[in-house]
Amino acid sequence: MACSFENYGVYAPSKSRIKVFDFHHTGRKVPYTCTQCDEAWCLHACPVEAITIDQMTGAKIVNETTCVGCKVCTIACPFGTVNYVQETGKVQKCDLCGGEPACAEACPTGAITYVDANWTGLDKMSAWAEKLGNQNAAAA
Amino acid sequence: MSWAGKVLRVNLTKGTVTSEPLKMDWARAYLGSRGMASKYLTEEIDAKVDPLSPENKIIWATGPLTGTMASTGGRYTVVTKGPLTGAIACSNSGGYWGAELKFAGWDMVIFEGKSAKPVYLSIEDDKAELRDAAHLWGKSVWQTEEIIKKQHQDPLTRVSSIGKAGENGVLYAAVVNDLHRAAGRSGVGAVMGSKNLKAIAVRGTKGVGNIANPKEFMRVTFEKKKILADNAVTGQGLPTYGTQVLMNVINEMGASPTRNHRDVQFEGAKDISAEAMATPRKTDGKKPLVTNQACFGCTIACGRIQKIDQGHFSVENKPQYWGASGGLEYEAAWALGNANGVNDLDALQYANMLCNEQGMDPISFGATIGAVMELFEMGVLTKEQLGTDAPFGSARALVHFAEITANGEGFGKEIGMGSARLTKKYGYPDLSMSVKGQEFPAYDSRAIQGMGLAYATSNRGACHLRGYTVASEVLGIPVKTDPLVAEGKPELVKAFQDATAVFDSAGICVFTSFAWGLADVQPQLAAACGDEFTLEKLNEIGERVWNMERDFNNRAGFTAKDDTLPKRLLTEPAKTGPAKGLVNKLPEMLPKYYEARGWHADGTLKAETRARLGL
Repeated sequence: MACSFENYGVYAPSKSRIKVFDFHHTGRKVPYTCTQCDEAWCLHACPVEAITIDQMTGAKIVNETTCVGCKVCTIACPFGTVNYVQETGKVQKCDLCGGEPACAEACPTGAITYVDANWTGLDKMSAWAEKLGNQNAAAA
Repeated sequence: MSWAGKVLRVNLTKGTVTSEPLKMDWARAYLGSRGMASKYLTEEIDAKVDPLSPENKIIWATGPLTGTMASTGGRYTVVTKGPLTGAIACSNSGGYWGAELKFAGWDMVIFEGKSAKPVYLSIEDDKAELRDAAHLWGKSVWQTEEIIKKQHQDPLTRVSSIGKAGENGVLYAAVVNDLHRAAGRSGVGAVMGSKNLKAIAVRGTKGVGNIANPKEFMRVTFEKKKILADNAVTGQGLPTYGTQVLMNVINEMGASPTRNHRDVQFEGAKDISAEAMATPRKTDGKKPLVTNQACFGCTIACGRIQKIDQGHFSVENKPQYWGASGGLEYEAAWALGNANGVNDLDALQYANMLCNEQGMDPISFGATIGAVMELFEMGVLTKEQLGTDAPFGSARALVHFAEITANGEGFGKEIGMGSARLTKKYGYPDLSMSVKGQEFPAYDSRAIQGMGLAYATSNRGACHLRGYTVASEVLGIPVKTDPLVAEGKPELVKAFQDATAVFDSAGICVFTSFAWGLADVQPQLAAACGDEFTLEKLNEIGERVWNMERDFNNRAGFTAKDDTLPKRLLTEPAKTGPAKGLVNKLPEMLPKYYEARGWHADGTLKAETRARLGL
């Protein structure tokens, strides 16, 4: 809802760029959205170069004024995370909100975080380093 | 302003579907959902109508916070005159359906008349039409959802429907959405069935966009979610154990009605508790509980998803029940278990799944079985009549009864009338553990005194969700009161009843009230709907909604005489536990309650109360 509110000013999961899938036979709900591939097939597939890289965030963003709604990117994307919007005649995908993702800001439990891709493992490493380091200290 | 501003009116007799503007003066005075739909209903129908006649109406309603960022903002209410009680019926459900209706641009759907043949209503944003439901009639809730989604080629369509129980006129039939979320009580599903209305399918892509103060709304809803997350009940107890966290607690305090309220403690409670659901089974080594689950926009996630033991006698060769499915909540576990003395967790889970699958209130069903088992033990009902031996504690009898009631076969038709009609038919009306014809939920009012008054005065018959003084008397929320005394309870019950009416009418879940007071709801409503919604105004709305419902019931023929409890609770003392020797002290509490309410001694509203609340 934070996503649709940020981008369209309404609370509407159908307009959200994050989809949550409900697998009721196993009782699981799983969210899915754009992975911001380095080798972004959507970007390469676009015949009018409407998808570009945001130099600040690395996000692949859709330029709505250039997009002609041909939907080739929706076929090129292996994950299905670029979607055509009938009302606008353009495609939409996650653009990381220019570096301040509304989803992460709205998440009350901290389940969604926005971190530098080069340092995604840093917190885990630090936790392990602390654990192992202190074990040695305790042993000594 | 957060309301969609539009009402869909469906005349089933004529087959017409029309749009009309929401009456905004009523929205300001009654908020939405429960309050607003009840206002429309009580203005539009004669209080004396037969609930199952075409003259009755039935309304699906959302509130101003439904479909927004407010935590738990996914609720909707079904309001009608109830066939189980003859009083106003108002049942609330979660899941995703309510938010979807709001996203499609509608606050409410009002159904009137009766269709000549089975139909369902299809809503896709502005487009709404009645469609033939011949192929859905006779199908379960689960099948109905699946068929409609396939037919619409849209897995995201949300469906609110009845199963066979609603079609067969089970007087406590439920309306079920999202497979296992139910507007469960008071037989709203039977009214739906009586109108030949099978389902409402909704797909909404417009969203909710007219928040009065969007920035403040985002800020304040985030802040209030933190309160839910940090609270021991809403942040830990409910997500981990669900409402079943109460099973052992209530049993230990001697407030767990057992074997049709003969006893107040159940020796088998530990076998069917939250702890048991989280412990690997001896038979297959698997935990019954698969995961917890949240409804739309909820940050509590109390829902249970459970898997039954595939080798259990109830599901042998029935693979359709082997997957993960809606699991036992406390009230269902109690009604199917304690009320009948049954401690077989898998049998309870199977009966619970049947209630979800065919749309039946597990509380009234389970409590009715309690009465049947007592009549069986007394020799009034026989094995030949019932199709089985039915002593207290028989899991096989419970399973058999669940099947024949849901399917409307044999003695199941009588069980489907509810305990009040059934015990009366066989000459023992005092053995129905009900108020105004609706069965008690899972708290014995001999050990939790305030609940006796809450049950006796509930506008929809015995119910825990109209004034949950358990919060105060057991959990100490917002302040701890002594469960064994009557003193102070009339005022406590009134305060809980009025506040709950606001939570329900706002479109949020009453479980937030374990952590939130009205003072936490108020800034969310003010940001969504406008600054006129002050705390003072909300208190007034709560009281107005309560009195409006009461006034309708009075016009329907209910009097002070109906604000009572079964003899057993007033004359047979609790046998064990902390309340040993106590009965419920209703006669002491009721006059004080009427006084606090501003009612006459006969339970009708005084003129000044009417004037003060604008009724």
